[in-house]
Amino acid sequence: MKALFFLLPVGIVVLLLLLFWKGLYLNPAQVPSPLIGKPVPDFNLPGVGGTSASLKSADFEGHVSILNVWATWCIPCREEQPELVKLAQQHVVTLYGLNYKDDADSALQWLQTQGNPYERDGYDPKGQVGLNFGVYGVPETFVVDSHGIIRHKYIGPLTASLVNGQLIPLVHELEQGSK
Amino acid sequence: MIPELGQLALVLALCLTLAQIILGLVGAQRGDVSWMAAVRPAAVGQFIFTGLAFLLLVSCLLRSDFSVLYVAQNSNTELPWIYKVAAAWGAHEGSLLLWATILALWTVVVALFSRNLPLQFISRVLGVMGIISVGFLLFMLTTSDPFSRLLPPAQQGADLNPILQDPAMAGHPPMLYMGYVGLSVAFAFAVAALIGGKMDSTWARWARPWTIVAWLFLTLGITLGSWWSYYELGWGGWWFWDPVENASFMPWLVATALIHSLNVTEKRGMFKSWTALLAISAFSLSLLGTFLVRSGVLISVHAFATDPRRGVFVLALIAVVVGGAMTLYAWRAPKLVSEDGFTTLSRETFLLLNNLFLVVAAAAILLGTLYPLILDALNLGKISVGPPYFNSIFMPLMLPLLILVGIGPYLFWKHDTLKRLLGQFKITVWIVAAVSIVILVVLWERAGVTAVLGVIIAGWLLVSTIMGVVLRWRRRQKVSRGTWGMTLAHLGVGVLALGIAVSSSLGIEEDITLAPGQSTVVHGYRFAFDGTRNVQGPNYQAIEADIRITHNGQPVTVLHPQKRVYDGANSSATEADLDPGLFRDLYVAMGDPLGNGAWSMRLQYKPLIRFLWLGGLLMVFGGILAVSDRRRHAGVSVPKFADERQVVAKG
Amino acid sequence: MRYIALLLFLVPVSALAVDTEPNLPNAALQQRYETLTHEFRCLVCQNETIAESSAPLAADLRAQVRQQLLTGKTDAQIKQYMVARYGDFVLFKPPWQPNTWLLWAGPLLLLCVGALVVITVVRRKTRLVHISPTDSTGDDFRP
Repeated sequence: MKALFFLLPVGIVVLLLLLFWKGLYLNPAQVPSPLIGKPVPDFNLPGVGGTSASLKSADFEGHVSILNVWATWCIPCREEQPELVKLAQQHVVTLYGLNYKDDADSALQWLQTQGNPYERDGYDPKGQVGLNFGVYGVPETFVVDSHGIIRHKYIGPLTASLVNGQLIPLVHELEQGSK
Repeated sequence: MIPELGQLALVLALCLTLAQIILGLVGAQRGDVSWMAAVRPAAVGQFIFTGLAFLLLVSCLLRSDFSVLYVAQNSNTELPWIYKVAAAWGAHEGSLLLWATILALWTVVVALFSRNLPLQFISRVLGVMGIISVGFLLFMLTTSDPFSRLLPPAQQGADLNPILQDPAMAGHPPMLYMGYVGLSVAFAFAVAALIGGKMDSTWARWARPWTIVAWLFLTLGITLGSWWSYYELGWGGWWFWDPVENASFMPWLVATALIHSLNVTEKRGMFKSWTALLAISAFSLSLLGTFLVRSGVLISVHAFATDPRRGVFVLALIAVVVGGAMTLYAWRAPKLVSEDGFTTLSRETFLLLNNLFLVVAAAAILLGTLYPLILDALNLGKISVGPPYFNSIFMPLMLPLLILVGIGPYLFWKHDTLKRLLGQFKITVWIVAAVSIVILVVLWERAGVTAVLGVIIAGWLLVSTIMGVVLRWRRRQKVSRGTWGMTLAHLGVGVLALGIAVSSSLGIEEDITLAPGQSTVVHGYRFAFDGTRNVQGPNYQAIEADIRITHNGQPVTVLHPQKRVYDGANSSATEADLDPGLFRDLYVAMGDPLGNGAWSMRLQYKPLIRFLWLGGLLMVFGGILAVSDRRRHAGVSVPKFADERQVVAKG
Repeated sequence: MRYIALLLFLVPVSALAVDTEPNLPNAALQQRYETLTHEFRCLVCQNETIAESSAPLAADLRAQVRQQLLTGKTDAQIKQYMVARYGDFVLFKPPWQPNTWLLWAGPLLLLCVGALVVITVVRRKTRLVHISPTDSTGDDFRP
């Protein structure tokens, strides 16, 4: 009995070492979204302007969609722009944009010069819709199934490997599931 | 060439440290006197080469040698020379070198100031400290070389983070490291005693001064960090329960418990295995802190750039050093028993209670700090544990302790009676009652219950501690330096508690937008915004505001908060300005420009905030006094309290 | 003047968020505002509360708190709003729920266990006491 007491400190040390070992491979700063498994929040936004069509929550019904949150002041968004254009050209999934806390003119100009991958692009200058989506850093990308339920959230710019390795397979999976 | 010399110095230090370990531990085990005699020189050699490496890094920084990667990443030619030196510990590799240098320093001091300790014991102590040194030297040589080259050299270095370009920030890490690393001495003493299978009051008498010195540096380091955070960061706060702040506070709490536990072991030969456990735990928590800052497992403003490989190395170091020590403890400690006793009302009981509250507090802080990681690792969710949690659990643990601190020093060892004890407090009780009534009247409706309670208890502690000295003086008793040290340190705690209670409950904070010419009143002080101007600093440009403060029409001061733009990095910093006073601080920080010369700014009135750091300093001075008490010096055997015994017998 | 313009584009390294809005109409609301904004974590500058952080998101969230207080929402409702969007991570004060029971009960449990240990030790030591004649006159074990 006495011996157990004396073994307690070593035991605690071992447990802590295991914990820290596991912890080295986690990312404490990444915030998981509580919206996974929940329906797309209600909203109705005008388009950014020009060729961009408006976007509302009902647009997510009936097909798998991807919502990309972006802004012209966001540098990583520039990096992922070509990937999004490529994805749009593949026509595997409906691609929507949410222009977050941006200036309409700059956004329009960007889309005209860089290419517009979005079928619809909601204009959210105040960021209220973004807030309802739990956006905290652009770019963020949501995958929504055909019932309008959010199934996945990517934080950070999309890369080719992410798109081909995870995004597209997930889209296919969701499409199978909804048949 | 010089960087390579630095690397060579580290390798030589490593070799000498290996010698130190083998000569020390194996030599002691074999009882080989010639081996043990060689440990001290090995330790001195390690210090020389580690210190040399450190000086070489500093020289690279002073010369702005951008062919060294560390220099290019942390310093530039525009930096004032003091901050070039401070850059030596501003980032991961350099701070490791500082750790190793300070450890070598402590090792050599222990080696030189221990002539009167048994050779076998001190050889083991130095051997154990050598194991820790080897860990840090290997860490640097394998994954974190401060001297690695950048070729071709950079034209100009990156800037040292602007908020670190400050005297208190420059001094805070070295002080903290002196404390953290100093706890390795108590650790080594405990491990050496466990290896030898012998631990008695003499051992405690040797260990105590080393522990107190480490403790007072840690106190100083934490106080500096808190003070810097207050005047530099612009939020008027002084403690955020950030994981790395907690990482320095936990060893402090355990070290405080250790000092008191050592007291019992020294006087009565009891609590031996508990004291050993505390000694091992205090340093273990220091190593934990090192891990937390460099591994990236927790979100912290203090974190160095992280790399899983580094985390793995520190984890391995902890596994060997802490795991090894705790295993040794499990094996050897059960044999350390004492047959002596004490009654319920005695100094021993109160010191036990002291340990209870301090250790539970440290454990609770550890729980809160690691909890988000625990949940994440077990896939049970992602939460945050911040100041609201820590404040709610810490305060209730400290208030009872503060009450006890006012009683403990009055108690006799081994056996005391309630009647005698209460007799000591006759006058104190009246004073405290009167003071409490005043406090209640003043704070009625202006502060919450916890704050009022905090002020009253702080008042109790101060009065009781002062009365303790007064009563002794009236009995014409000689008060030893050790007792003065204790008194001063306890007063420091009371002053600190008072500062916290008053500043947090009666402080006023106001966010306001002022245009030039406008003014506002905060707690009777009129803050008038007179406009801004542009200023040029050594490596920054700034917009400086003039805030003229008057009180009842009388001028008090003019404050000059700034918004700085640093040349090297693309960053801005808020430089708050404050008017310090013993009884109140007035604090101004600028927010953002709002057009037409108007600025948003935060004004604060902070009563008794200086008492926080004054309390910290008092504790440090108390520690210095306690250590300078000749009777405590290792190896000096003095008849204990001969004069006091006679005086007490008289009444 | 150009310094001011420059400031607006720079990354604040140490800045504090100063509310440019006027205080809320009544002191109780203002007090709740202060408490709430000090309890929400900024998702961008994760070492700060939304009260201190100068990130744009923090400003948005502060505005959200202010707006909801003005429309009469309770503290619980406001917290629920934030948690629904950002998860428990946004609360610096962990909620009382199954995965935090151990966190909140822990310190008290530790104290109870510790107190039991102290009581046991004192009892055992009391039995070991031999009070000798020289002891009771206030022995030499004084500070």
